[in-house]
Amino acid sequence: MKPPILSVRDLVVEFPTRRGTLRALDHVSFDIAEGEVLGMVGESGAGKSLTGAAIIGLLEPPGRVASGEIWLRGERIDNLPREKMRRIRGRRIGMVFQDPLTSLNPLYTVAEQLIETIRTHMDVSDKEARKRAVALLDRVGIPAAARRIDDYPHHFSGGMRQRVVIALALCAEPELVIADEPTTALDVSVQAQIIDVLKEICAERGASVMLITHDMGVIAETADRVAVLYAGRLAEIGPVRDVIQAAEHPYTAGLMGSIPTLTQTAERLTQIPGSMPRLNAIPQGCAFNPRCTKAFDRCFRDQPDLIPRADGRQVACWLYETAKSEVSNG
Amino acid sequence: MAAFILRRLAQSVIVMLTVALVAFALFRFVGDPIASMVGQETTLAERAELRTALGLDEPFLVQFGNFVARAVTGDFGISYRLQQPVMELIMSRLPATLELAMVSGILAFAFGVGFGVYTALRRGGWASSTIMTVSLIGVSLPTFLIGVLLIWVFAVELQWLPSFGRGDTVYIGDWWRTGLLTESGRASLILPAITLGLYQMTLIMRLVRAEMLEVLRTDYIKFARARGLSNRAVNFGHALKNTLVPVITITGLQLGSIIAFSIITETVFQWPGVGALFINSVRFVDVPVMAAYLMLIALVFVVINLIVDLLYYAVDPRLRVDRANARH
Amino acid sequence: MSDIIKKPEPGRVARAWDSDISYSFRKSPLAIVAAGVSLLIILAAIFAPWIAPHDPFNPATLNLMDGFTPPMEPNQFTGNTYWLGTDNQGRDVFSTILYGARISLFVGFMAVAFAMVLGITLGLIAGYRGGWVDSLLMRVADVQLTFPSILLALLIFGVARGFIPPAYREAMAIWVLIVAIGLSEWVQYARVVRGATMVEKSKEYVQAARVIGAHPAKILIRHILPNVMGPVLVIATIGLALAIIAEATLSFLGVGVPSTQPSLGTLIRIGQGFLFSGEWWILLFPSLTLLALALSVNLLGDWLRDALNPRLR
Repeated sequence: MKPPILSVRDLVVEFPTRRGTLRALDHVSFDIAEGEVLGMVGESGAGKSLTGAAIIGLLEPPGRVASGEIWLRGERIDNLPREKMRRIRGRRIGMVFQDPLTSLNPLYTVAEQLIETIRTHMDVSDKEARKRAVALLDRVGIPAAARRIDDYPHHFSGGMRQRVVIALALCAEPELVIADEPTTALDVSVQAQIIDVLKEICAERGASVMLITHDMGVIAETADRVAVLYAGRLAEIGPVRDVIQAAEHPYTAGLMGSIPTLTQTAERLTQIPGSMPRLNAIPQGCAFNPRCTKAFDRCFRDQPDLIPRADGRQVACWLYETAKSEVSNG
Repeated sequence: MAAFILRRLAQSVIVMLTVALVAFALFRFVGDPIASMVGQETTLAERAELRTALGLDEPFLVQFGNFVARAVTGDFGISYRLQQPVMELIMSRLPATLELAMVSGILAFAFGVGFGVYTALRRGGWASSTIMTVSLIGVSLPTFLIGVLLIWVFAVELQWLPSFGRGDTVYIGDWWRTGLLTESGRASLILPAITLGLYQMTLIMRLVRAEMLEVLRTDYIKFARARGLSNRAVNFGHALKNTLVPVITITGLQLGSIIAFSIITETVFQWPGVGALFINSVRFVDVPVMAAYLMLIALVFVVINLIVDLLYYAVDPRLRVDRANARH
Repeated sequence: MSDIIKKPEPGRVARAWDSDISYSFRKSPLAIVAAGVSLLIILAAIFAPWIAPHDPFNPATLNLMDGFTPPMEPNQFTGNTYWLGTDNQGRDVFSTILYGARISLFVGFMAVAFAMVLGITLGLIAGYRGGWVDSLLMRVADVQLTFPSILLALLIFGVARGFIPPAYREAMAIWVLIVAIGLSEWVQYARVVRGATMVEKSKEYVQAARVIGAHPAKILIRHILPNVMGPVLVIATIGLALAIIAEATLSFLGVGVPSTQPSLGTLIRIGQGFLFSGEWWILLFPSLTLLALALSVNLLGDWLRDALNPRLR
């Protein structure tokens, strides 16, 4: 078993406000293996983007990492001095943002932005950097790359711009790519293409991917494993097929039931009553207890730990506590 | 591109004509030009003759046409107060104002951008807070008060610098008198330039700071950081460049208002420029000078606006629609 | 951490005290000081006739021998002491400042009121009518904005002067000044109100009002004005500072208030004349007053703008 590329342990992210400290991420722990695509799913506000931001060290103040550890290939990165962290960004961890229309500086050509990034991290000549940039653009599917590389961002359509963004995120050859809702702002017809490009190019380079999205369909198609976030806590994590077909956490089950499929015939989509609590009103015990049909008294008292299950799955739900002793650690 | 220039030129002409109309209306309706030009003993008959001779009983449009025609050649008539051709008066005093405006403009821009960038990047430090506080005072202090206080401190108490006038001036060419080439000239320029430039500097500084803070919040800056670009590359290569684009245009427009604000500074320091001329003309209702000054200022503004528009076009690639818009 | 127990609903005063604005005010020492200083000067100006130890404009009470007395020192001829000294004509500087501030504030407030009424009205008309009325107004506004307001005020003043016969010039001067300054500041209000009007105009309740025959303009006003009160208040506060500065500048230049009713600007001009002869107090105290006034109002306006800006929260 190769060691994981990324290891997050008990990550706590807090936001001090004048009305008290809000805990946006509460003891989140997970690993990403080499070459794997981990999907991170949850509703808006569950903390998915924050996790990505915390890993790459770009949390916006006053948010801060209050405790926990983040390890990149066995090296700790959450407590690095700023200059060292800067060198990791782009070179070892790449990031793709959501909105391609605002991710690129409008005053510079694509060539200038690519070459700048390449030369920041790699000691190559201008010419060499340009060669690599053109090759990369070609690889992400920009037609006539050698000519279009000198265009400005506004000369490209949304889907094309996102391909440029992917190229930029990968041009310094990172080992891990965090993609934060990479297709949410795109037309449906283009979404699949972009996801494919992302997946292929990362697989080619052996890079792992942390795919953040609220779209389960994308996860089902693309990810190897999936982590479900709820109110800043990890609810469930496991191989994609297992979690989708046999969700263990009641929240995940509710999520799956609410997704329409072409094959099932159901009268109504299941809806989970209520809504995710706001950060300043998280109930005691399990965050899901007000909406959970299977909650019992322990659920209202203690916050559930991540309980290991078969096949490397983990669930944060007291329903599975008694079964804990029967399963060996995966 | 050519269409754009033509359109702007046409707009400029319209603005100029409108201003000319206002200026002309001043002539026609404010006070009685005849009464201002002659003594009390002049008989009614002589006044009527003068009226005809000056074409003052022609229909409005004809008079306006004449006015514009003469204005284009630079003929604005004779000053009521000083009995000299207005154009001559203005031209002789223009270099003084222009020199002052240019020096203070350069100072204001350099310090404004410098402080603006600094306070945007180093928020919350004591130096930034001090600069911001001083800037607030700069905006709240009327220009004339700055001038007077500067005179008090530096001219009266410390006696380092002269308190009025231009000092010795030298001719460059046969029209421009400059104070830059003499020591007393340069010394005399300092206090007025600071006075005139301080307000502009604070405006520019606050503008640069606000713009830069906005830019630093954008997605493309976040993405630049996520790519591991150095602080210098992010702050100066990306953020500053994007900040300066709107700043340049607004600063260009400020240049016009510097020339207008020179009215105050020139009064405080008894600087022999067109601003002082204008104030006196307002006091004495010397209409020809008022009208001419108005046209002059309008011309300056229109030209500056035009240049700024062109600059914007040159700097922001999004405005250049030279390629077929991409939808591949 | 949890809060399932319901708390009782807070009363109105408690809510106001706890609101974001009031919190922001209480936490900002600068805003408190600025408000305090402004209030102090305003009150002093309002009650000037009762507070001022002397009447500086009654020639009968003036004694030329009192002239040029330094602050807090007894005059060598008359033995009178004045807090802030006297000017060349024996006028008590403290009293002249009080009355001067009174004039400055009067002109300032009136000019802002004038600009506000004019701007809001024009903005409503432009927003509601749309079409060529709107285009014309916006054009005028744009052109006016490119010119510095001081120039406009000067121009209007000059023109007015040409129209008014010399006999009435003094009496009318203050009103001309108010109109001049007000006319140079209406644009901001118009823009804000126009924008809000256009947004509201297309909403359904306006159509509905038309259907039942109610005058949509009245409905619009009732719905728009509360929305724009915030930005308008910010513009008005900063506008007040600008108006005060504008009036001071014009008076300093000699084209503002008549010299029989000196405002702070006039006093400063007089003071400048005596710098070289050493009577510094004639310049200093009016200057400090003007500075304190303009600065505190500006600070208030700045704080207000930040407090009302939803994006900065």
